[in-house]
Amino acid sequence: MPSDPPSALPADTPPAVSDPLEARHVLEFPGGYTRSTGPVIGRFLTELRDRRIVGVRTAGARVLVPPLEYDPDTGEAVTGEYVEVGPAGTVQAWAWVSAPRAGHPLDRPFAWATIRMDGADTSLVHAVDAGAAKAMRPGLRVRPRWRERPSGDITDIECFVPEVTMISAPVRAEYRVRPGAALTRFFTKIKDGVLLGGRCAACDQVYVPYRTSCPSCGALIEEEREVADTGTVTTFAINNLPDPRAPEVPFVSAYILLDGTDIPMIALVGGVPAHEVRQGMRVRAVWVPPEERTMPMANIRWFAPTGEPDVDLSADAPGGEA
Amino acid sequence: MGERCAVIGVGQTRYTTKRTDVSIAGLVREAAIRALDDAGLTFADIDAVVVGKAPDLFEGVMMPEAYLADALGAAGKPMMRVHTAGSVGGSTALVGASLIQGGVHDRVLVVAFEKQSESNATWALSTHLPFGASLVVGAGGYFAPHIREYMRRSGAPDHIGALVAVKDRRNALKNPYAHLRIPGIDRAMVESTPMLWEPIRYLETCPSSDGACAIVLASEKAVTGTPAWIHGAAMRSEPLTRAGRETVSPQAGKDCAADVYRQAGVTDPRRDIDVAEVYVPFSWYEPMWLENLGFAPENEGWKLTEAGCTALDGDIPWNASGGVLSSNPIGASGLIRFAEAALQVRGMAGEHQVEGAATALGHAYGGGAQFFAMWIVSNRKP
Ligand SMILES: [Zn+2]
Repeated sequence: MPSDPPSALPADTPPAVSDPLEARHVLEFPGGYTRSTGPVIGRFLTELRDRRIVGVRTAGARVLVPPLEYDPDTGEAVTGEYVEVGPAGTVQAWAWVSAPRAGHPLDRPFAWATIRMDGADTSLVHAVDAGAAKAMRPGLRVRPRWRERPSGDITDIECFVPEVTMISAPVRAEYRVRPGAALTRFFTKIKDGVLLGGRCAACDQVYVPYRTSCPSCGALIEEEREVADTGTVTTFAINNLPDPRAPEVPFVSAYILLDGTDIPMIALVGGVPAHEVRQGMRVRAVWVPPEERTMPMANIRWFAPTGEPDVDLSADAPGGEA
Repeated sequence: MGERCAVIGVGQTRYTTKRTDVSIAGLVREAAIRALDDAGLTFADIDAVVVGKAPDLFEGVMMPEAYLADALGAAGKPMMRVHTAGSVGGSTALVGASLIQGGVHDRVLVVAFEKQSESNATWALSTHLPFGASLVVGAGGYFAPHIREYMRRSGAPDHIGALVAVKDRRNALKNPYAHLRIPGIDRAMVESTPMLWEPIRYLETCPSSDGACAIVLASEKAVTGTPAWIHGAAMRSEPLTRAGRETVSPQAGKDCAADVYRQAGVTDPRRDIDVAEVYVPFSWYEPMWLENLGFAPENEGWKLTEAGCTALDGDIPWNASGGVLSSNPIGASGLIRFAEAALQVRGMAGEHQVEGAATALGHAYGGGAQFFAMWIVSNRKP
């Protein structure tokens, strides 16, 4: 429930009255009551007008903020010594106002808080413009936001705002990228519905996608080899964590060892419920029709089961590669 | 192996989801000061600083080592950054050690960190170029198929991963720096959490943490306090896209382990090592690395896990600190393993101390399980 501010004057306008025995009645002294501040409160408000917050010292050396004329502990008059406090303070306790009312100092959700100004021994009550309730906590450091034209009133402080503890650091690096010569060659063939690999003559290993150097021995790969679009799922993950860059979950990312190659490639498996995918399952590329082809690898929609019997992996299947 | 080298100071921050009270500089400073305090030293006693963290996209700070020079007391001193993906914390310790083993410096400060709350690791790990569909999202999406393949080959029962998840989180309750604290965690709780990247469940994955870890390394003549002596140090890497690459138990991991064991005179790791801090970001990597590191025969690592051998009261405790599964400021995670290994042999691991630990293994891996870093430390001088 929203709480009322201590100084709220105009109440919210009640709904129109239809019952003739019910009438609206307003008690509001025209122009507002006059109040003599006395020297202590007057000094506080005068300093506020100059955008300073002062407290008054008691005989017991405590600093009261806001100042009082008489020490609530002893009943003695306070001393004439004023002490500038702040400008920052610490939230002691707070209550969130999710639906501000007409008399509230802010027209958006805010917190009422008791705030202990630095150098003070007591707390004042004021509004904290924190944005969201989760930003509020005891111990939160806050500072006043001053009204543009102070007049010597507690509302010269529009509200308190949290200190700066975090900034946003936008980092953006924009590149124009082109695939290298080998990948360009691979993508060109993909557009024609062909998966291009390359064989390292030194290792007798067939790599797909096509590449020009062997990651194992460093030799130049000179022999292009078109490879089958059928293969075997060696292993896979069922991804359940949604990510804007990935397919809709659950999706199966699988290591697929294409027939005639020696290194599996990672691809999406589709056309089968995720939990029916198996290690050893035979799959075939499902190509996008030529007229719909755009980005190179998107030309293969996914790999789908061929229906052939599973391959027995128990011999010595490699686990898979990235 | 060159000059003798020892860990003489360890400092960690309390790992947590968000350290919004400090800048990155303030975070690394906190760990560095604690490590220096542990060694009884100040920045003035340090000859060189080595920094490690995950790739720059994680926080969007280019060349963070330059930004952090002041915070780490490195003005006027040699400073460098190490960069080996998730294994970087381990590699950073090894680069720092090499500066002492090579006789270049007498005292080196090694610091690794991550402030994951400043962005999103999954985003940073999934910056796919155009032209192709994006199918691998984050580390879990990458490692899940290899875990599935391990399960198929080894015939391990499905619950082994949950056992590791429970064990490491229970250990974390004894480590004041650990991030995840899940009192009462048990197998049923882990198994009730959803599959993120099947076969990996939510509670079988590591958290995202903010944190930093620092160690002070010293040459023999510069040792102060309680040293953990380095008996072996090794790094290996291998290409990701090599035909026939073994991804469940990578050759680079086996080679790295063989090297570090040879240096330290370890012939039977399960017998010769008292406690191991091994990089296990997904629970199934415990049985997988038990085999890769030679603690168990091929396809039998899960039996050690199931029998409780890797628990705090087992014969070869793994991740007494709670491990990566409990705290994961990525760039620091490897260094934390190395630092926790040192704490164990220094007898300073507190409530998660393995009694009488004299020899410990620190391990880290990174990339697509293609970078490895390991060290063996002992309370005995080599
Ligand atoms: Zn070759």
